[in-house]
Parts: sequence; structure tokens; C-alpha cells
Amino acid sequence: MSALEQPSPAAAEPVLRVEDLRVAFDTREGLVQAVAGVSFAVAPGRTLGIVGESGSGKTVAATTAMGLSRGPRVRISGRVLLDGEELLAASPERLRALRGAQIAMVFQDPLSALHPLLRIGDQIGEAVRAHRSDASRAAARARAVELLEWVAIPDAARRVDAYPHELSGGMRQRAMIAMAIANEPRVLIADEPTTALDVTVQRQILALLRRLRDDLGMAMVFITHDLGVVAETADEVAVMYAGRIVEQAPAHELFAAPRHPYTWGLLRSMPRLEAPAGAALVPIPGRPPSLIDPPSGCRFHPRCPYVRERHREVEPALEPVAGALGHRVACLLSEAERRALWARLAAGATPEQARAAVGQAAPAAAPPAAEPPA
Amino acid sequence: MSGAVGGAPLAEVERLVKRFPLTRGVVFRRRIGEVAAVDDVTLAVHAGESLGIVGETGSGKSTLARILLNLLEPTSGVVRWRGEDVTHARGAALLKLRRARQLVFQDPAGSLNPRKTVGAAIADPFAIHGLLPERAARGRRVGELLEQVGLDAALANRYPHELSGGMRQRVGIARAIALGPELLVADEPVSALDVSIQAQILMLLRDLRGELGLTLVLIAHDLAVVRHMCDRVAVMREGRLVEVAPVAELYAAPREDYTRELLAAVPRIPGPAPSGPAPATPQSSSSSST
Repeated sequence: MSALEQPSPAAAEPVLRVEDLRVAFDTREGLVQAVAGVSFAVAPGRTLGIVGESGSGKTVAATTAMGLSRGPRVRISGRVLLDGEELLAASPERLRALRGAQIAMVFQDPLSALHPLLRIGDQIGEAVRAHRSDASRAAARARAVELLEWVAIPDAARRVDAYPHELSGGMRQRAMIAMAIANEPRVLIADEPTTALDVTVQRQILALLRRLRDDLGMAMVFITHDLGVVAETADEVAVMYAGRIVEQAPAHELFAAPRHPYTWGLLRSMPRLEAPAGAALVPIPGRPPSLIDPPSGCRFHPRCPYVRERHREVEPALEPVAGALGHRVACLLSEAERRALWARLAAGATPEQARAAVGQAAPAAAPPAAEPPA
Repeated sequence: MSGAVGGAPLAEVERLVKRFPLTRGVVFRRRIGEVAAVDDVTLAVHAGESLGIVGETGSGKSTLARILLNLLEPTSGVVRWRGEDVTHARGAALLKLRRARQLVFQDPAGSLNPRKTVGAAIADPFAIHGLLPERAARGRRVGELLEQVGLDAALANRYPHELSGGMRQRVGIARAIALGPELLVADEPVSALDVSIQAQILMLLRDLRGELGLTLVLIAHDLAVVRHMCDRVAVMREGRLVEVAPVAELYAAPREDYTRELLAAVPRIPGPAPSGPAPATPQSSSSSST
């Protein structure tokens, strides 16, 4: 909720607001709490990056906002507001009318999102006609060519008759983006849209998405596991862990002064081109927790090098960081401790060295590395 | 580890070419041409070094690795091992080569038999090579190997589906080092894993390389990974070798446009670049279970 009390610096009214979203799946093994109280808002022309590993809830949060995770075994609560209209309670008919027209999605794998036996022009034309029943076939086809040109597919007039398998991975992703923007939606959700692509192609697709966002004034939610990709795309970043947002900040602020130990762990474990040759990576020990029986207290505590006894019981709320506008963190360490720890880590200290330098005692119980196997 | 050693390289390919037929049609397959997956590549791997082979989809990097390990026959060219032509090795000679050179796959799930316990999978190489015939000794060795890759020895009785992706990749590595190979070829060993697990597996490979004196060939699409893991790097594109250079040199002053383009395309993480302690410290990470 407090996201809404702290508008981003470019203070346009958000077009998409998600408030205290909770999504749980009833499975044979138990209730999986995939999203456990997530709030965010995105304004037109802005991009929110949601970063997390598999199982962090980033994709479920987005697909639920699209109304794509409804089902008999799914429990959803909270609010999703598109231009003030509540989507979680919307009828299936209303959702169908909004999806594609007002809010659209781009997926990781265009091959499974495109119909293999239909020409891409027909698929894009169908997306156009779904929301403009008055459009003739010829008009829809002309619009498809225009859209393919817009996403910079060369020779669009010819490619409009191609089948998905006749296009390269990058071209297929462009075709899917063309379909998603066919009706100039107000919100575009991109779920790992470049993960399956080569880096040189990824670079082109990221540039394309930025351009379309600016041209159309779309609000974009960009879901990724890659901090480098999010840095190149997002104005604001939310880091998710085990179904919650653990840290949220303007992108430059998140990278300059991260506050959460999980964010620190990600930053130190990611290979970098500018690192000294042969520099060691510092992995986060253990692995993401089960969402059926998530850890008590802070959900990151079993893997956190700075854990204290209290952190195993008290659940941290996502709270504003003093003196850092728009920066919020869910961590039980004090702001002074966090600053001191990050200063050491950024200078190259190991988590153990940083902990010792800041005068924090060793973890109360077993070190986080010793996690029992499966 | 500089690779600038006298004598024959450990492994070597010379003027290597691998062409695959291009076909069209499903029922009436016809050959419409050929594609050169590897096109006139000459490359040496020196004992003790860590060589990265980097390229995008279709660059031929995986095909090259498979030929280097005699898992695929080249169309032409020579594969050498310790200076000896092994391009067409068969039978006992090939079995001996397999022992010395092992592959770590990208997808640990796909490379483990789902019906075999982890212990049986790791013991397989011993059975194939007729080593450690005594059951108890084999079991002990499997336990040691599991612990060496940071897993609990008790995992030997589990099945692959009971393990996480990171644990399965550790099992794949345990199997690859079981026979004490000299050369380990890792083909995109972390691209199927979560970010926080990738670093664990990379540092495990690095530690094992130091502990076992392994020569490592790392096939990767990610230039940043290679920077942390390798002494030298070879850049491939469309079957050809674009550039080979020591890591520090290639990243600071790439000679080829394509290398520059690849480097420029890698998304940068802003902010202070926190770099871990530079020397590879043994056991620094292999103890954590994924």
C-alpha cells in the first residue's frame, strides 16, 4: 500500500495498480503461496522491472494481473486496478475485452505463444479484429504489415505471409510484440522476453521495447531474472523473493545503494564483464525455499549471512528507507547496519568479513550454508 | 596456467570441418544442401589451462566440443590428444580417451537416467571401465565424490527427480570427475539454472579445477561468465574461429568487430562492481548444497 503513498519522481498517475495481491495454488502437496502480499504501481511511459528467481512469484503476480491464473484451485485476493477498474472481480467477458486492447503480454517463448500452422500476418490480424470487429480482413492485413514494420521486421509485406517456424527467434519475438501492441494497449507486461535470445538479438529487442513504450506511452512491467537486463530497461525495480517484494527502488538507486541482503547476494553472484579477470563470484548459499512451507520470520533468513535470532520469528514489512525517496526494503537489520555492511561488500569484502567489520556476531545458530538436502 | 608451455598441447584440433546435410520435407526428405557447423577451425588446449569457447546460437561451439571429445566424427581435419592423432579412435583406445576426457552437460535433468539412483549414475563409469569391482569400495567412492561436489553422501539413494536443478548439476559433475579425467568440457553448465545457483556451480567447477589439476574447456554464450572462469577465450561465429586471446587482453582490446559487438551487447550492471577475492580459494563454495 505504501507504494501508492510514494509516487515515483515522474508523478504521472499510475495506470496499473496492484494492491496486496495474494495468490495461492491448491496442490496435492499442499497450498503453494506463490504471491504473498505484493503491491506496485506503474505510470504511463514508465517501466517497472520485477527481478526474481524461479519460484519468486514474479510471473504469477503478472499473469494474475492479466486474469490468466484464475481457476478452481487458485485462491486470489487483493486488488488489481487498471485505470481504476478492478480486474480481479471483472467478468470473463470484460477481461477478454480488456486483454489485448488495454493490457497485453509478451512471453519468453514466442514459439509456444504463436500458432505454428497460421501465418503470422493472420495471427496479428486476428488480434486486431478481436477488438475491432468492424475491421475488414484486408484492413487487418494492412495493419499487420504496418505493425511488422513498426517492430522493424525487414521486408514486412512479404514476411506477413510467413509461418512462425520460418522466422528466426528474434524475428518471432518481434512478431509476438507486434501482436501484443496491435491495439496500442496502455499496459504491456513482458515476461522474460529476451531470455531465450542471443545477446546481440536481446540488445535489439530491448531497444525495440523501450522505443514502443515511449512511442505509445505504455506502462511496462518487465519481468526478468537478469539484473543487467533490468538495469537497461527499468525506471524502477522490485526485487522479489519467495512470493514477496523484498526491495523496491528507482533503478539507479537500487544499483548504487542496494539495501537488502538478497539483492547484495544477487549483485555479488552475477558474473560481470568489468570485474577483474578471474575474480571469484560469491554465491548465495542454499536455494530458494519451498512456498508450501515457507521459512518463518524473514523468508530469506535461512540463506542470509547476517541473520539474527529475532529474524527467524519476526516478519519484516516493506518499509521506506529513511532519506532515500522511493526506496523501500523488507529487512530487520537497522539502516546503519545495512549501510555499513554494503560499504564493506562493495569494497570487495566477503559476507563474513563484512559481518565481522561491522561488529555483528556470528549467526546465532547453524551457518546458512548447511541446508539439508531435498 | 598461462598455456604457453613447451611440447604438444593436451588437446588440439587442426583444420577441422564438420558439415551437416540440410534437408527439406518430412515424408519425402531430400537433401537441399549442406551447412558447415564447424568451418576450418584450428585450436589447441594446453594442459592446466581454462579455455572459454564463446559464441551465439549456431556458432558451432557445441559441435566443436563434441568432436574434440570424439562424440562426433568430423567431415575433415584432425583431432589430437597429447600430440597423437585420435580422429578415428575406436575400441580400447577410445575407451581410454573417454576416461581422460569428460563432458558436463547443460541440462542435468536430461543427462541423468530418471530410473537410476544418483549413486548408480555416478557408479556407472566404474562399471563401464571395469574399475572398483567390489561393491563396498564403489559405494565409498561414490560417497566421496558426492561430498567433493558439495552434496551429502546419503543422496546416493535418491532419484534425479527428487533433486533440485543445482543438485542435479552437481551430480553430473561428480559423474564427470569420477574417473579422474585430465580434461573436463562443460557445455553451458549453468544456463538452465537460477541466478543464485549459477555462481555456486561455477565456483565449484573452479575449485575442482584447482584441487584436481583439471584442464577446463567451458562452452558459453555469456562473455561475463568466461571472464570469471577462464584464462583464454576463443570467439566463434557461424562455424569459424573469430578471435583467440588471453581473457584480460580480449576484453580490454578486442581485435575483431564481432568480438566488440558481442561485448557491447552484454547488459551492464551499474553501480560499484563488487568483485570477490581474486584467487580461487579451494573449498570456498563447494560446501554449500544447492
